[in-house]
Amino acid sequence: MNANEPVIKAEKLTKRFGNFVATDAISFEVYKGEIFGFLGANGAGKTTAMRMLCGLSIPSSGTARIAGFDVYRQTEEIKRNIGYMSQKFSLYEDLTVLENIRFFGGIYGLGNQQLKLKSDALIERLGLQPEAKKLVGQLPLGWKQKLAFSVSILHEPTIVFLDEPTGGVDPVTRRQFWAMIYEAASNGITVFVTTHYMDEAEYCNRISIMVDGRIAALGTPGELKTQLNESSMDGVFYQLARGAKNSG
Amino acid sequence: MESDSLMVHVNNITKTYNKGAVTAVNDVSFSVAKGELFGLIGPDGAGKSSLFRILTTLLLPDSGTATVAGYDVVTDYRQIRSSVGYMPGRFSLYPDLSIEENLHFFATVFNTTVKENYHLIEDIYVQIEPFKKRRAGKLSGGMKQKLALCCALIHKPTVLFLDEPTTGVDPVSRKEFWEMLKRLKQQGITIVVSTPYMDEATLCDRIALIQQGRILSIDTPQGIVAAYPGQLYAVKARDMPRVSQVLTTHTPPFTNYLFGEYIHVDSQGMGDRNPTELLRGILTQAGLDGIEVTPITPTIEDCFIKLLTT
Repeated sequence: MNANEPVIKAEKLTKRFGNFVATDAISFEVYKGEIFGFLGANGAGKTTAMRMLCGLSIPSSGTARIAGFDVYRQTEEIKRNIGYMSQKFSLYEDLTVLENIRFFGGIYGLGNQQLKLKSDALIERLGLQPEAKKLVGQLPLGWKQKLAFSVSILHEPTIVFLDEPTGGVDPVTRRQFWAMIYEAASNGITVFVTTHYMDEAEYCNRISIMVDGRIAALGTPGELKTQLNESSMDGVFYQLARGAKNSG
Repeated sequence: MESDSLMVHVNNITKTYNKGAVTAVNDVSFSVAKGELFGLIGPDGAGKSSLFRILTTLLLPDSGTATVAGYDVVTDYRQIRSSVGYMPGRFSLYPDLSIEENLHFFATVFNTTVKENYHLIEDIYVQIEPFKKRRAGKLSGGMKQKLALCCALIHKPTVLFLDEPTTGVDPVSRKEFWEMLKRLKQQGITIVVSTPYMDEATLCDRIALIQQGRILSIDTPQGIVAAYPGQLYAVKARDMPRVSQVLTTHTPPFTNYLFGEYIHVDSQGMGDRNPTELLRGILTQAGLDGIEVTPITPTIEDCFIKLLTT
């Protein structure tokens, strides 16, 4: 992939379920090392769009390239070059910390030698040595989420997709989590993140807001506030999402 | 508060799991008056759901006592079950029944009819009525939430327990949900609601901030904000990560947390110097430009962080 080429390039990406258009011809680009916030009300089509970008769902029409790979024909290559983490599913609760790291590292294609080096380094960096052999289910939620994020980028993917990674996390841990996101981005990993916390929208380099399957706004938080004449992202979101037909 | 006007009364409740290895609720006490909208505010794992299950008689406490609508949660569970409404954190309606069927089912179980208490749910039900033949399992998140609220209300409960009704819900739908709660409160229903979203705290009459099974503070949202020790400043400059770095590595370090486009800085440790001038000076010296420093009123989230870290 050319260095100046966008890491995500979607053009008129569309997904229909029968007569319902869940994702309606969305076009956008995300660049290397960027933190891109993907916002929208429930039912706006975020999940459907994300599934297509992760190579899990074939679009009805339009095109998209992820890390240079085509979402129609190269879904396996896409899966190997991305990381994924969500609030709902991150790690196996009844495996230990170490087992989870090795399991997911293995799934992401790391060899044994590399896995051993990387898992030791990761456990040390997170200060989890005393917990390495404990079941993940016994860790506090904040730790789980930090571990899950680290695991999702263990194989140094081009892009990591984070689906509401901080839902339900306490305010201090939430900010520590964002410090980790910044670190990953400064190491060149592109971060694609969804959130319902509007203060977190401010932490993104650029954000898009989906309404009824379309991208209703796209830009830096500052640009969007200026465009819509609002003083906060909360106001921006409210103004755009209020008129949605598919909301709720 | 008169004791006969207390709808929920919790006395030193403790609940542990795994033979005492995990303490979910640790010596918690609070009261909720009739007609009050009371919020339990805290992250996942704080013990909110365990408390809700104890108050709705689905779980026995290890120690302590509690009453709901005057009934004891251990001995009078039958009376409590017929007089409270409970909306659990996880969607718990019948996915194979339609909207209409779920509602009729819950009304019948409680020996009433949808017609009898329709006035309570009308505002909410009309929003999902166009889909009344649709199976509950096929509804969107927001519609499931509205149906669950209708089902919890249809027997006209004296106390309504809502466990994280807005988790994972977008800001617009969350706002609408809180407007529905406000209208229910006006009809005299006592509401106990939990949420991990700190911004929702200000919509309650009184709140308990809870973390790791313990209550950190109980008061009105205004009272909690007023009790914040010291003064907070919202700081902004062109290079935000650098602002945080400069403040954190300063001697003495200044406690600072990102809040959207600003960083909130606690005046603690600034002595008797003027914090605005001090902060401007430090940031200017570090070569930052576009500096803004404004004294601000803390949010509930600021208060929660302060209580967590002191």
